Amino acid sequence: MFSVITAAAQAVTEAVAGAAVEAAPHASGGLPQLNTHDFSPQLIWLAVMFTLLYVILSRVALPAVGEVLAERRERIGRDLAAAAKLKSQTDKALSDYEKALADARSKASAIAKEKRQSLADETEAERLKVEAQLNAKLHEAEARIAATKAKALLSVNDIAAETASAVVGRLIGQDVSVADVKAALAAAGK
Amino acid sequence: MAAEAGGGHGPMSQFEIKRYVPLDLFGQDASFTNASLYMVLAVLLITAFFAAAMRNRALVPGRLQSVAEMSYEFIANMVRENVGDEGMKYFPFIFSLFVFVLVLNMLGMIPGTFTVTSHIIVTFALAALVFLVVTAIGFARHGLGYLKLFVPDGVPIWLMPLIVPIELISYLIRPISLSVRLFANMMAGHTMLKVFAGFAVSLPVFAKIAPVLFTTAFTGLEFVVAFLQAFIFTVLTCIYLNDAVNMHH
Repeated sequence: MFSVITAAAQAVTEAVAGAAVEAAPHASGGLPQLNTHDFSPQLIWLAVMFTLLYVILSRVALPAVGEVLAERRERIGRDLAAAAKLKSQTDKALSDYEKALADARSKASAIAKEKRQSLADETEAERLKVEAQLNAKLHEAEARIAATKAKALLSVNDIAAETASAVVGRLIGQDVSVADVKAALAAAGK
Repeated sequence: MAAEAGGGHGPMSQFEIKRYVPLDLFGQDASFTNASLYMVLAVLLITAFFAAAMRNRALVPGRLQSVAEMSYEFIANMVRENVGDEGMKYFPFIFSLFVFVLVLNMLGMIPGTFTVTSHIIVTFALAALVFLVVTAIGFARHGLGYLKLFVPDGVPIWLMPLIVPIELISYLIRPISLSVRLFANMMAGHTMLKVFAGFAVSLPVFAKIAPVLFTTAFTGLEFVVAFLQAFIFTVLTCIYLNDAVNMHH
């Protein structure tokens, strides 16, 4: 393999730059790059050094860099996932809190409403009771007034008859009984 | 300009390979050269950087760790956009290519250093590796069906004798275009810098300001080029890989 490369390289070099080489004497002058005696040590050291470099890089250096990069990518991904999880937890806690708050508020307003209702009911009942009592007293008073009025009206008739008999007796100079006046009044009232 | 070839201070002397420790490996010359030194340095720097950056593996990254993570994400996004998630299997390979080429380009920007990627043999070997890997992935995933890559959909049958060779050549030329682009950019930029820096030395005093200003500005541009070429090399590799993995143009 190695000698194949050497031979090919020599052939190519001579073909590519052959014209230039011909111009200068081969042994003493010309391009140092075209001195075929120098090819062998360069190729051997190149093969050894490039192989060594390849082994070092591919076995040690590049895996180390690759691992660090992969680890960082993984770490960032993991942190982002953790952050997303924490955020969803926070969101859940917040929504729970808001729900609890809304529940408490609605419960409080329900209690207040109920209390208000019961107070209103009680007041209404009290009012009705008092009203009924008042009505009863009113009826009683009205009845009493009516009775008093009837009695008074009866007395008015008597007084009127007596007055009338007294007036008539004075006018005609003769005593007129109350019963007569009454009878006369009754007849006149018809 | 002829005198510089002997190891002087010409614009091309910066590209010369110097053998510090001669070594031999099964008959092949495996000497420790200035190119080897900067490749070793690049691997050490990259390793030390990642070791320091990922020392804490902090969840919240510090400065170094941020840079390490940014480079990781930069190439990972490039692979994902061009090839899709299927392509992430080959991410370490693409990433290694990118940082290796980038650090070698950037090390070359320090004055007095050697630019490994200014050598065609290095860029060609990397491009050939990309080509072989991509082709192997293509055949492994699609079997002989991978050859359909050279037969585009919706082309009239009579155009096939023309289209198929063109597609085939454009596929086979990839390692050459990929390697020459990087090599030529690095070499041309560094040569230009040296040439104009040389003018700053050789011109009379009153005229020195022009090459100094130009060299300063051009150095800034070269930093852009150093990054851009590493980026382009990587993006093209991703695009070739997309053909092999997903088989659409």
